[in-house]
Amino acid sequence: MKEKAEQIKSTLLKDIESVKKIQELMDLKSKYLGKSGMITELTKNMKDLSVEERKEVGMISNTLKNEVTEIIEQCEKKINEELLNEKLQNEVIDITLPSKKIKRGSLHPMTRITEEFEDLFVSMGYTVYSGPEIESDENCFQKLNLPKGHPARDAQDTFYLTDEVESFLLRSQTSTAQVRAMEENVDKGPIRIVCPGKVYRRDEDATHSHQFMQIEGLVIDKNVSMADLKGTLELFCKKILGEKTQVRFRPSYFPFTEPSVEVDVTCFKCGGKGCNLCKQTGWIEVLGAGMVHPDVLSMSGYDPNVYQGFAFGTGIDRFAMFKYGIPDIRTIYGNDIRFIEQFDRKDED
Amino acid sequence: MKLSRKFVSDYIDLDENLSIENIADAMTNVGNEYDFAGPLVDCTKLVTGEVIECIEHPNSDHLHCCKVNVGGEVLDIVCGAPNVRKGLKVVVALDGAKLPGGEIKKGEIRGAMSNGMLCSKAELGLDNKYLVEEDHTGIHELPENTEVGLDALEVMGLKDEVIDFELTSNRGDLLSVIGMAHELAAIYKKQVKDIDLNYNANKENVNDVFKVKVETDDCKLFLAKKVKNVTIKESPDFIKSRLIASGIRPINNVVDISNYVMLETGQPLHYYDADRLGDTLIVRNALEGEKLITLDNQERSLTTMDIVIANNSEAVGLAGVMGGLSTEVEDDTKNIIIESAIFDAIKVRKTSKKILRSEASNRFEKGLDPKRTYLAMERSCALLERYADAEIVGDLVEINDLDIKDKDINITISKIESVLGINISKEEVISIFNSLGFSVKDNNEFLTITVPTRRLDINIQEDLIEEVGRIHGMDKIEGKLPILDVIRGSYDKTTREIKHKLSNMGLNETMSYTLIPNDKVHLFTTDEFIPVTLNDPMSEDRNTLRYSLLYSLNEVYKYNKARNNSNISIFEIGKSFFKDKEEYREDTKLAVLMSGDFSLDISNTKVDFYHIKGIMEELLYFLGYDGRYSLIKDDKIPNEFHPGQSALINVNGQIVGVIGKLHPSISSSDVYCLEINLSKLLAIRTGTMKYKDISKYPGVIKDVAFIVDNAITSLELEVFIKKSAGKLLENIQIFDIYPNIEEGKKSLAYKLTFSDSSRTLSDDEVMSVFNKIIDEVTSKLNAKLRG
Repeated sequence: MKEKAEQIKSTLLKDIESVKKIQELMDLKSKYLGKSGMITELTKNMKDLSVEERKEVGMISNTLKNEVTEIIEQCEKKINEELLNEKLQNEVIDITLPSKKIKRGSLHPMTRITEEFEDLFVSMGYTVYSGPEIESDENCFQKLNLPKGHPARDAQDTFYLTDEVESFLLRSQTSTAQVRAMEENVDKGPIRIVCPGKVYRRDEDATHSHQFMQIEGLVIDKNVSMADLKGTLELFCKKILGEKTQVRFRPSYFPFTEPSVEVDVTCFKCGGKGCNLCKQTGWIEVLGAGMVHPDVLSMSGYDPNVYQGFAFGTGIDRFAMFKYGIPDIRTIYGNDIRFIEQFDRKDED
Repeated sequence: MKLSRKFVSDYIDLDENLSIENIADAMTNVGNEYDFAGPLVDCTKLVTGEVIECIEHPNSDHLHCCKVNVGGEVLDIVCGAPNVRKGLKVVVALDGAKLPGGEIKKGEIRGAMSNGMLCSKAELGLDNKYLVEEDHTGIHELPENTEVGLDALEVMGLKDEVIDFELTSNRGDLLSVIGMAHELAAIYKKQVKDIDLNYNANKENVNDVFKVKVETDDCKLFLAKKVKNVTIKESPDFIKSRLIASGIRPINNVVDISNYVMLETGQPLHYYDADRLGDTLIVRNALEGEKLITLDNQERSLTTMDIVIANNSEAVGLAGVMGGLSTEVEDDTKNIIIESAIFDAIKVRKTSKKILRSEASNRFEKGLDPKRTYLAMERSCALLERYADAEIVGDLVEINDLDIKDKDINITISKIESVLGINISKEEVISIFNSLGFSVKDNNEFLTITVPTRRLDINIQEDLIEEVGRIHGMDKIEGKLPILDVIRGSYDKTTREIKHKLSNMGLNETMSYTLIPNDKVHLFTTDEFIPVTLNDPMSEDRNTLRYSLLYSLNEVYKYNKARNNSNISIFEIGKSFFKDKEEYREDTKLAVLMSGDFSLDISNTKVDFYHIKGIMEELLYFLGYDGRYSLIKDDKIPNEFHPGQSALINVNGQIVGVIGKLHPSISSSDVYCLEINLSKLLAIRTGTMKYKDISKYPGVIKDVAFIVDNAITSLELEVFIKKSAGKLLENIQIFDIYPNIEEGKKSLAYKLTFSDSSRTLSDDEVMSVFNKIIDEVTSKLNAKLRG
């Protein structure tokens, strides 16, 4: 009996050597372990044997069955591994082929820089205010201390609308937001706003477009000064133009602020040494600012004996031109797709 | 305002070591910017010389070989000027001299040595308006008695330096040499010198022979004086060269003096030929359509908005702008009426804007100091007596409705400190005001500052604070951050999120011009509205405010296509303008345009209707309008769209926009557009985001395909299936479209998901719903189940 079992095992080991496919293994499995397989055959005549003999045959056949099962499982595992390896081999690709690109689009650079301005001021508690682009002469000029016939109006050649000549216009400055914010503030308390937006003037060349963007800032409170204005603008210019930027105040004149200053920054091209961009001066004029004129405060219902305020305004286009090195403002509004697409990544903070 | 250094030095002693650039920068620091600072004539190494020998050049038919004595040596110089001759006193540019045309180097000219150049006036770089024809054709001839070897510019009176200021419009006082002297005095802590007003008047009284009538409210101060027996001749050199340095062309002594006094005092004057004028001057508003020939020989047509000066018969001058030709001072003029007056600044500004900008109008517009009106009259007489041999008639014709006095303004140091944000001592404040020529009375708690009439710009304490800041140095203010209450800042998040969403979906944002041509404003819309137009546009291309943004986007598309950028997927958010009854209105609109390839893959995808529809749906989903919008086809779709590939966008029963392919007559290529009125859309509330229970029980998925008439839309079939199925149908998704499967018919295949959030559905339940769907679709929609 024992010999028979050994013989079956060695036949299996021989048979299994030639097995390559899983189906051949399954055939082999049924040949040995199936209902009429060799091992079943071995125990076929068990009922004719004595108790002791049955015990012995049972034990031998059981051991054999376990051994055969083990051998077949091993073989199955091996075949499956080979199959997997073959599959992986077949699936090798050329990873250098071009990707299935995800379509990307860019925000217009003016949007990007405006958002940068907004985020900075919002973080300091300012509200971004947006007024209409069609304004009354009253809001755009008169309540900013520029009555009709004022010579400073010449600096802003304004587009007036039909019918009511000199009463409605396309806003020529976002400073008009100062008036709106003060008028709309019913309780006449403190104000902290910035107003970015489109403005329009009758002017067109490489550095002037009839449509461009400005941002106006206004802070009204009981205790703000020119020093606060300077600190705020220093923070702003450093954030937008780089930490090394220095800020200089020069006295100037705007009808709606008193005192008024022009604000220069150190030239970002040469760092202040002098170059073509800054006409060898080391400085570039970027903002107009000052303390809100008491008449402007009182015209919009604020008591200049209680409140003081500062205001500043600048061309956003100018900052975009400086920051990104765009030489001609007309490029900004030309909307060549190759221009816009250059602004499609995160900028360094 | 061009300031001559020599001219201003009559009124203030400036340190000779200060360079003109230094002075200009110091002025900039107190708020007076400049365009240019440098020599009046930018030439070096020019000396006076005498031609002591002049022979014809052997190798030329027009050149001469000259020997020129330049003092201390005699130079051989070749000269081509026709007027060169022996004995002539000339301007010699020595070897190495720098002229506007380049550097002069010695060298051979056709075989003859030349050690310099004899100069014409034109070669010195003077503006053409100061030159006559001979200054171009021949070399400059110096007076016979000129010494040789001297600095030629000095001899010609052109050795001067100039600062060309760009002044702010509030500083009319700086449009005068005396005003500039006061500003420099404040900077350099110097005294301003007095002006010489000495002359002798005769015993006559001008009021006996001349009358002035003011018949308008636009003239509050008018002075007139008469001078007799003037000699008209060339001005002395110092007057001519100062006028040139100040940008004014010398004419004759009398005219030059009027300009000279205007430059000194800032008060424009006018001189009339007294004999042509008659005995009366009337200041009045012009008659409508009144004609006047001005000094420049142009006939001007006037309106009642203009102020004129007239005699008994006609207008003889346009007040504040320009005199009239009929009473002009000419070579034979003997007697003169001098006018020194102040006209309404706004009226002069309007007239000059319409007719002519002049040195005079520029000064009237900015406002004048009435004390200078008197001063200029006196100065004028002094100079006419000295340089035009004038006999001054006694007394003055004077019409004065002004209360001329200096202003007193009170101010405290603490107010100065609180506005400027600096610490400053009372002593410094007082010293600053004194340096500006303002007197100060110290009342302990406050100061009373007396501001002279010349400073029209100073009226309130803030103006004085600015003066302190200017002279102390605005830049000395140390920046600090304001100490304010902590409050929440905010911005328009939705618009920003829409922009970011669209750019993240692969669209580029554009920013185009708001102004478009009037005849295009009704394109891309069927809305009825009144467009907003400009009263005085720069061009016909930009005379109207846009209503639809699609015109602009289509222009951007065409611009790019012309530059071979044919794959365009762009969007823009901007204002839409219109007039509603009498009110101007602005809506915010979003426009999208797509054309060409959308993917950047090597296998590109051409944009079609379903791409732009996808953009629209993704955006509406993002904004919370999922399941609340539909596309509607009706006759309100603009004609610029393809009738078979376009629709209106309906959200909650409101039309908020339009989507579709552009009509082939608008664009020959396939261009797809979308426009949504964001103001309308975002006014529709969406409700807040809320969690919905996820079913714990797996759904059962069934596929079904129907063959239906082409006329039935996918949406119609989908809605019908949903209705037939009832609430167990959780989701329906189209997964296959087979057009023309039979004649006039198409096949649409759907994946249906059935589920219930409280239990697992049995096969029988699902089959009963599924069969009901099939029954109803086939029976009611004339459809067939696809086998």
